[in-house]
Amino acid sequence: MNWFKTILHEIFGLFVDDASFALAILLWLVLVRVLTHLGIPTSWSAIILFAGLALILCESTTRYAKPRAIKK
Amino acid sequence: MDTGWAHISTSVIASFLASLVECVEALTVVLAVGSVRGWRSTLIGSATAIVVLLAIISTLGTALTHIPLRILQLTVGTLLLLFGLRWLRKAILRSAGLIALHDEQAAFAKNTKAMRQLTNNPTAWDKIAFAAAFNITMLEGTEVVFIVIAIGAGHPGMLLPASLGAVAALLVVTALGLILHRPLARVPENTLKFIVGVLLSAFGTFWVGEGMGLPWPAADWSILALIAAYLAIAIALVPICRSRSQSVSSNIRTLRTPQ
Repeated sequence: MNWFKTILHEIFGLFVDDASFALAILLWLVLVRVLTHLGIPTSWSAIILFAGLALILCESTTRYAKPRAIKK
Repeated sequence: MDTGWAHISTSVIASFLASLVECVEALTVVLAVGSVRGWRSTLIGSATAIVVLLAIISTLGTALTHIPLRILQLTVGTLLLLFGLRWLRKAILRSAGLIALHDEQAAFAKNTKAMRQLTNNPTAWDKIAFAAAFNITMLEGTEVVFIVIAIGAGHPGMLLPASLGAVAALLVVTALGLILHRPLARVPENTLKFIVGVLLSAFGTFWVGEGMGLPWPAADWSILALIAAYLAIAIALVPICRSRSQSVSSNIRTLRTPQ
């Protein structure tokens, strides 16, 4: 059953390799869900959802670029 | 909302390219195992894993039809976002030179060496070859199954096009493997991962929006706008990450150099 454990580990690794990045995505999705319930204009909600995800991607990649260089 | 051209074509392309990457990685190991330990047990191992994976797809595909579409879109979209944005992030960092590129030749050499070290003359039925081929096909195949289901489950009638994309990738890689008998080192893996990351992120964002009941400005066509937007952002991030890391490096060098 070792292969089964490996596959489970591999499946988790499909979604998470940087915990803070994955957590930020999940928190943003929850926040958008809550905000839409509170009544943000619905025509903008989908664009706000995308904008937040794009910002998380930008922050995570640029943050990674900095500490990697310091290690050199 | 009808199943439109934007959905079908992007589903097939995303599924094909994502599966292509996974199949290339599996082929490298299967070739290494087969060339050292013999082909019979290796091919039986891979074929068994493919049968198991097909059974999983058909079981899950049937089960998913019983889940309400909104819940399915939200769940699948969230997983797709985690998966797609992770791929895209890594592809950006690889393109910026911050993470090493995946090297199929090196992977082939490493696996060939590992198989040779296991010695004991391979017999007609080689358990090691079977297990190694089964494991790698299951590992990479699980990713393909997830991608197919994630792309196909978010919209009615999309599972078939997504499956066809994956099957086409499997056939292409199998044919190339049979013809060339060596790893597909020239496949631009990171470029593919970059494109697939963009496509899966766009799909994930769209499904999550649909699952939350958010109206997209251009309905189905918003997927193409999301693809363009993610692509533009990802392309812009590559030089930004590269220059950011270089500027920090040069600042450190300046600090270390006696004035």
